This record gives sequence, C-alpha cells and structure tokens, in this order.
Amino acid sequence: MNPELPPGLALQKVDERIMTLNVGPQHPGSGHMRIIVQIDGDFIVACDPDPGYVHRGEEKMAEYRNYITNIPHLERPVIHDSCNVLYPYVLGVEEILGIEVPERAKYVRVIASELNRCIYTMYWLAIYGIFLGHSTMFMWPAGDRELLIDLMEKMTGARVTHAHFVPGGVRNDLPPNFEDVCLRQVNYFEKRIKEYAAIFYDNPILIARTKDTGILSRQDAIRLGTTGSVLRASGVDYDLRKKEPYDVYEELDVHTNVMKEGDSYARSRVPWLDMLESCAIIRQALQKMPKSGSVRVKLKPNPKGKGLDSVYKRVESGRGSLGCYIVSDAKPEPYRVKMSVGSFRNLIALPYLLKGEKLGNMPSVYWSLNYWPVEADR
Amino acid sequence: MSSDSENEQIETTSDVEPASKATPAKEIELPKFEKGIADKITEKFGSKTKVAFVKPDRVRIDVGRDDIKEVAEFLRDVLNFDHAESVSGVDYPQDKEIEVVYHLGSYTDPSLSRQILILTTRAQREENPIPGNDSTKLPSLREIFYSVEFHEREIFEMFGVYFQGHPDNRRLLLPEDWADLPPLRKDFAIKGR
Repeated sequence: MNPELPPGLALQKVDERIMTLNVGPQHPGSGHMRIIVQIDGDFIVACDPDPGYVHRGEEKMAEYRNYITNIPHLERPVIHDSCNVLYPYVLGVEEILGIEVPERAKYVRVIASELNRCIYTMYWLAIYGIFLGHSTMFMWPAGDRELLIDLMEKMTGARVTHAHFVPGGVRNDLPPNFEDVCLRQVNYFEKRIKEYAAIFYDNPILIARTKDTGILSRQDAIRLGTTGSVLRASGVDYDLRKKEPYDVYEELDVHTNVMKEGDSYARSRVPWLDMLESCAIIRQALQKMPKSGSVRVKLKPNPKGKGLDSVYKRVESGRGSLGCYIVSDAKPEPYRVKMSVGSFRNLIALPYLLKGEKLGNMPSVYWSLNYWPVEADR
Repeated sequence: MSSDSENEQIETTSDVEPASKATPAKEIELPKFEKGIADKITEKFGSKTKVAFVKPDRVRIDVGRDDIKEVAEFLRDVLNFDHAESVSGVDYPQDKEIEVVYHLGSYTDPSLSRQILILTTRAQREENPIPGNDSTKLPSLREIFYSVEFHEREIFEMFGVYFQGHPDNRRLLLPEDWADLPPLRKDFAIKGR
C-alpha cells in the first residue's frame, strides 16, 4: 500500500462471490443516503453507510454569525422538526448569557416542540409507508399532518421552518383563541392516528416484513449508544423529557413508551406511540399554561458570552437525544457549535442490523431507525 | 409582545463586569453528587487529571493524551458511564492544539441518567496538516466506547486528528476526493467573509 495515500482511499481486496451494490443516494429505498451493501446472493454480508450527500457546514457557518442570526439556519438540518432542532442551542445560549425565561414562554415552547414532533413523525411514517409499498400509509399521514402545520402557521406565521424559539423566550405570543383551536385539532388528530393501527400496524404484510428483522438487543443498544425510539424499542427506559426535564416538562406527566422486542416492528411502533403521548402532553400544557404574561426577555443587540465557557444542553427530539455543545469566548459569535444528533448516533447500528439480513428487508430495517438523512451530516 | 420583565437579567448580558456576578454564584455551593464523581476521579488518578468545572449535572475532566484510555476505562468500569453521546473537536490555533471533547452518559445506572461527563484531551496541531500522516494523533477510545466509532471518523476528516487504534480510519461525510484543509479548522475560511 502506498503510504502517501490518506486512509480511506486504500483499495480493498474483493471476494468473487460477493457483489458490492450502491443503494442510493437517490433511491426510494434509501432516501438521500448511499448505503454500500455487499451481498452474497440475497443476503447482506456487510454494509457501509455513507451519509454525506445532502448538505453540510451548519457548524462551520455558526462560527461566522452571532448568537441570534444563527437561529434561522441552525434549524435547517431537520426542517420538519425545526423547533426541536433549535431547542438545545437556545437553551445553551440562555445558559451562557444567564437569562431566565418567562413561565408562559416555556409552555409555548413545550406545545410547539410537541406539535413539531408529531409533524416530523407523520412525515417519517408517510415515507416508511411508501418504502414498504403501502401508498395509503403515505397519503394519510401526509394529509393529516396539514392539521398540525396549520396550527404551527397560526402560532409562528411560517409553515415549515418556524425560527420561533429565541434566547429569552419565543418570538411571538400565541394568537387569540389559539388554545381552543389547538385543543380541538389535537383531539381530532389523536382520533385519526389511532386509526393507523388498523391499516398499518396490524397489517399482516407489514408484520411479515418487520417482525423479527433487524433485531437490536438491549445490551447492543446501550453499547452502541443509540438513542430515541431505537433505544426505547430495545427495552431501555430512557427519555430525556423524563430523565433530565428541561423547561416545564417537570410539571407535566410524561409517559415513556418502551418495547422489549428490539426489531423493526417495535422501532416503527414506538414513534407512533410517542405521538399519542405528545397529544396528551399538549393537552396538559394547554391546561396548565398561564393565561397571560410576557413570552420574551429582550436581549441586547449583540449578546456576548462571559469569557471562555462551554455548555452542553440536550433535549429529546423526534429522533432521540439532541445535544448542542457551545463554546463561547466572549465574542458575539460562538467559538464552536457542535450538534450531536440522533440520526447520526443511530446510524452506527445500521451495519449491525443489516448483517445477515435479506436485501429485500433493507428499506424496512433502515427506515425503522428513524433516520433523517439531512440531519446526520448537518 | 411587550415584556415588562426587562429587569436585571438583561444586565447580566452586558459586557461591563459580568465576572463579578458570575464567580460568587459558582463558589457558593458545588453540587454534591457531581463533586463526588469528580473526587473519585482525582482520588484515583491524582495529578494526571484536572477537574475543569463541576456544574449541576455536568463534570468536565481534562486529561493528557497518554492517560485518556486509562481514565476512560475507569469511567466505564467503575463509574458506569457506558456510552459516548457526542465527540466534538475544538480548534485552538493560538495554543497550537486541537481539543477533542467526549460527552459520556449512562443508560444503565439510574443515578447517572441526568449526568454528562465531559472528558477532554488535546492533540498537537500542525500548521500544514496532512491528515493521517502528521503528528496530530490521539489514541482512539473505540475499544472502550463502541459508540465513538462514527464520531471519531467525523473528527478525523473535519479536524485531521488521526485516531490510533481505530479499526476503520476512513472518511465519512466529506467527498472522497477532498484535498483541502480539514474544514472545521479555524484557518479554513468561508468564501466571501
């Protein structure tokens, strides 16, 4: 081997029986990701995920913009879950600047992030349906999430990327009569997603393709450091909303959905159960929210940190724990922003899950990781 | 929304004398449980480790590159930190060093479920990096925490820190023919700025 070659360009010796197949990066079974699989007949012997194809450089861009102007672009990695993606960054900046958030703003944040979790999960579910050739399951969630998108539009003024959370609170107060509309829509939404059980989760074809495929044991889930629905489907009771409550989650009754099987079916079911849980959380928050009061503490135009300082804040997003590590050096711009995202952390499980699996099961196993391609490369 | 609570919180963001307010608040009381974790580590390793800060739910430990594997093993086996949440690199060109920060958490120990242990070490930084073939090297923690596998690959391509002992030292996110500086270093400037 040529020592001048940087690692990664070394050539590999190939077995004649093994065929290397590039699935993606633009493929109905892989989304925006390239999965390099090596197959022996119909069975996958090795898998090498290659996530870097969508966009990258959020972390670098964040070093050139000040704390406030970072907000609109740091939510880009997951535009369907933009409130949750921004959440740890906002919490981190608040800790660096030492700001206390008004009580009403905390409730508004919880409602917005739970609505966003549902919006994201519905989109994920729609794509899971179309991956498995179940086109009704694509159309129903894609239509039903409009309900919640309309709610977010009422709340923030934007349909997809809201940029609603700012250090010190949220950008705007709720519009008049929002609570009633929200309660009504959420109640209808909950009734509607309960119907998915009959068409999707009890469907024999889905069960045949997902039950007992891609099994991740509890021990492996812990060892590989997976997070979110992948972890909870393997029997680990860990949800940051309960374990490390942020904002007002401490005052709300949050139930964690855990399944023991650890197969693709459990992994696809846990996010759906979480959506029902989100509806319950939104109802509680609407009830407990202070009816009036400030929702934002005004900041100085160019807030600065206090000397060399670092914070690591994390929240539970639609895809699992989402951490943000911010290093500040008393300048208006952060010195370094690192996002530790659920998709990237769960990706490490993919080669373990696909090994020994049939190629036909690849889409169902891969998408059950609750993976969002754009988030992984940030 | 008009905010009537524009009170002393705004003052803390001013750059006049923030330190005078911040320091006494820290010294009043260190969180007990986190202090206990930090004490256990200093008791075992003494001057090899340096406790950078102890905050609620967060403990930060600075370790030299030679001792990091030993410390990490202790953290996993004795203190029950079983996985790494994230691995970040921070470039310090003025110190000629790159800091690698491991955020360790625990799923198995209920008493640690809120805790994040921040383990840092520093690698030498080269002005003209040749990723993989210069002195910017660190021992890999992959044998101790499996979850750092992809994270360390990311640090390798983004900062040029080569992890010795990592079984799969390849690029992950960048294009295969990337021939520029590692992009998250400070001297890699964005176009037009």
